[in-house]
Amino acid sequence: MELRMYRTMLRIRSFEQKLQELSKRGILRGSIHFCIGQEAVAAGVCAALEPTDVITSTHRGHGHAIAKGARVGPMFAELLGKATGYCKGKGGSMHIADLDLGHLGANGIVGGGLPIATGAALGFQQLGLARVVAAFFGDGAINEGTFHESLNLAALWKLPVVFVCENNQFGMTTPLAEASSQPDLAQRAVAYNIPGVKADGMDVREAQRVASEAVQRARAGQGPTLISMETYRFEGHYVGDPVVYRTKEETEAWKAKDPIVRQREYLLRARLVAQADLDRIAGEIAREMEEGVLFALSSPDPDPSELYTDVYST
Amino acid sequence: MRELTTSQAINEALAEELERDPRVFLIGEDIGLHGGAFAVTKGLFQRFGPKRIRNTPISEAVIVGAAVGAALVGTRPVAELMYLDFVTLAMDQIVNQGAKVKYMFGGKARVPAVVRMPFGAGRANAAQHSQSLEAWLCHVPGLKVVMPSTPADAKGLLKSAIRDDNLVLVLENKHLYFQKGPVPDGEHLVPLGAADVKRPGKDATVVATGRLLSAALSAAETLSKDGIDVEVLDPRTLYPLDAQAIIASVKKTGRLVTVHEAVKRFGFGAEVAAIVAESEAFDYLDAPIQRVAGAEVPVPFSKSLEDLFLPDEAKIVAACRRTLA
Repeated sequence: MELRMYRTMLRIRSFEQKLQELSKRGILRGSIHFCIGQEAVAAGVCAALEPTDVITSTHRGHGHAIAKGARVGPMFAELLGKATGYCKGKGGSMHIADLDLGHLGANGIVGGGLPIATGAALGFQQLGLARVVAAFFGDGAINEGTFHESLNLAALWKLPVVFVCENNQFGMTTPLAEASSQPDLAQRAVAYNIPGVKADGMDVREAQRVASEAVQRARAGQGPTLISMETYRFEGHYVGDPVVYRTKEETEAWKAKDPIVRQREYLLRARLVAQADLDRIAGEIAREMEEGVLFALSSPDPDPSELYTDVYST
Repeated sequence: MRELTTSQAINEALAEELERDPRVFLIGEDIGLHGGAFAVTKGLFQRFGPKRIRNTPISEAVIVGAAVGAALVGTRPVAELMYLDFVTLAMDQIVNQGAKVKYMFGGKARVPAVVRMPFGAGRANAAQHSQSLEAWLCHVPGLKVVMPSTPADAKGLLKSAIRDDNLVLVLENKHLYFQKGPVPDGEHLVPLGAADVKRPGKDATVVATGRLLSAALSAAETLSKDGIDVEVLDPRTLYPLDAQAIIASVKKTGRLVTVHEAVKRFGFGAEVAAIVAESEAFDYLDAPIQRVAGAEVPVPFSKSLEDLFLPDEAKIVAACRRTLA
């Protein structure tokens, strides 16, 4: 698992670095939000889930999809608006979903996924299935009303959901200190009479360990947990963000905690891998990304008839 | 045929679907022991228990969002919002989430959920508990919108809505809850998207929804004394709209009057008028289309003002006479 989580994080980073290349080449349309720096949260939490468990994700959701098992080819294809994308090119970056993988969707609305995650957990409870929902959301979402409504209902009914706040310190450009009267977001759990845990979101092993406890608790019928994963996005909010709202020193201090570097050093120090293994993995992932991009670029655009399909179920 | 109130008919529909399909459950405010603000779920909590009848805190966004999420994983929730006016608190979950997930996700998602919402003025509930906001909902691709006008249709449409694989919003006029009408025994389903000619006629077509259907039928009786033969058509489902039924009726009568309680501007009547104007029925029109609608103000409290706000039989009669003048 230690190595698998490392591989997942590196795949997420490589995927987004590839997107940056594509963006520079001018062939990516629309809004792209990078999670570079935050990979440990997605990789750690999803490592704590079973394949039949489900997640809800955010506008910054590439990492969640990859960690839940998405293949990069259909993801690149979706971002390029191709017919072979996860959503046939109808969703794009902010709406990647694959219900077969247990991915109930990224979401363009901050806080929009919280009620849906709560509902999925309710659905599992209704159906008598021992499945768990992990709801990813950012520190921006905790000030939406849906946060309050969802945590209260999930706690009242002991729904099997883990609320994973990716506290990357900024809601778009506004720092947490200007947005939340309580800077320790885990403390908000007190209001719902559920456990609130603050965790190092730059450490994939800690993320996995904390999430695993919450998942077990949820699966045992003991209800939800709120986890605040302290993390940081190394890039701006969007491609081209001038990033006037934080200092270079602050960003450099967080970059020194790079979760991929940390896990690599851990794996080597614990002699779980040799440098040669890491080189081989890096090569495999680089090839996977190349092949994914080629797949996407060589895929057709959606057929014009697709404009009108998938609006309603028949 | 036996007579039931609309409230009893809806209660029967819910009980039958809860009985038929273990995936169905109800979720909403005060729907438990209390039986709902309008007694629509009366007795269901006692019969089906707290797991199937989910009494919630006052949290409209998560009521609807939970229905959407639970539907995504294979259940068939039926949510109730106490008043249609409160849909404003759940609009993101309806408009940005439930309506769009299927399309955004390339067709893979299904949202077999129902949201029932009582609506309408005339009960001294003033501006925040009386609105008819159906046009907002009809405007969003991905949603289906149902508006029954009789107890039998209320039962049959709701049962179809619960079995539908889309997010269906069922708008129930509050006055109708207490009005009685015939309801067939046994299984009774009314398909979504099928209008019903409630009174055939040849001189003018009146398309009326909700509580105003009965006002339109009374108006037709009044006009018949003057030898005017009005056809009254109830669309029953606002989207998908049975446009062909309306077009066929207008081709027969050559005149169109639309009737709803919502304010006129950008309303359902405007859509019906535009559909007719764009269709082959345009050539059959013998007079300008008339729209009867609520006054363009927030719903007032005082009875003297609220009565002025509401369309009624007299206003429908007058509109019909204008098209026939």
